[in-house]
Amino acid sequence: MKSSVITFPGSNCDRDMDVALKKFGFKNKMVWHADAELPKSDIVVLPGGFSYGDYLRCGSMASKSKIMQSVINFANSGGMVMGICNGFQILVETGLVPGVLLRNKYLEFICKNVFVKINDKKNKYFKNVNNEVLELHIAHNEGNYFCTNDQLKEIEDNNQIAINYCDENGKIEDKFNPNGSIKNIAGIFNKEKNVLGMMPHPERMIDRSLSGEDGSLFFKNLINNLK
Amino acid sequence: MKISVIITLKKDVLDPQGKVIHQTLDGMGFDDLNEVRQGKYFEIDTKETDNEKAKAKVEEMCKKLLANLVIENYKIIDPK
Repeated sequence: MKSSVITFPGSNCDRDMDVALKKFGFKNKMVWHADAELPKSDIVVLPGGFSYGDYLRCGSMASKSKIMQSVINFANSGGMVMGICNGFQILVETGLVPGVLLRNKYLEFICKNVFVKINDKKNKYFKNVNNEVLELHIAHNEGNYFCTNDQLKEIEDNNQIAINYCDENGKIEDKFNPNGSIKNIAGIFNKEKNVLGMMPHPERMIDRSLSGEDGSLFFKNLINNLK
Repeated sequence: MKISVIITLKKDVLDPQGKVIHQTLDGMGFDDLNEVRQGKYFEIDTKETDNEKAKAKVEEMCKKLLANLVIENYKIIDPK
């Protein structure tokens, strides 16, 4: 399986993602934002970081970079595109997934482990994951998911919510919402579910001696689903 | 020609920064405020000399980059 990770100026989780993808069997290529062509890929990943210093709005500049037109075309033709953290912010700015990510409700940069509940498994990202709840890491200042009421209705009607913030037992309540996101949303799909944006970093949870291994479950499963 | 643009958050969008500024102003003694909302201001100096054409270009910029229309409104100030 072939993957591509896009590096923007200011990306800083691109190499972590490279390590994670390779660890679970992907042949990964790093792609520079100013390139026009995307290598042949089974999945494209927009990594975390601070592309363009978060100027204007997080992800807004990166969403207009040269490579993104190829990524948008790839996604629109059914290709799998996953955006993590800043990658999620870039995805909302392209319009590939609905909504926006606002400043965290309590104006704090949040860096901690959280639990998320998988809301939908009828997709290539979470199909066959045995767990209902994953422990993943978040590190962001703008992760407060927001969308209009019309968008929310559409998202819910199409079951586009991928994961919600919850407690370790999967209980989704306001007190387990770290950043003020509507409905505790931590990740969403596009309508066709080939595009996934999420704030948590699975690539940071692939080693027991670092922070945990629930990210390993995610990547192992992902490559199997793509085969 | 210089054209200015003001970007503001839409009415229903939470503005935590505006809220904190409001609270701080309140603490400083400006305690008769109903609300404070924070926005962005741009000054765009363009080579275009035709007023209407320049405004149309800036409007396109607002829609494509300067504002995110899910959460923000833009207002183009008439060049003088």
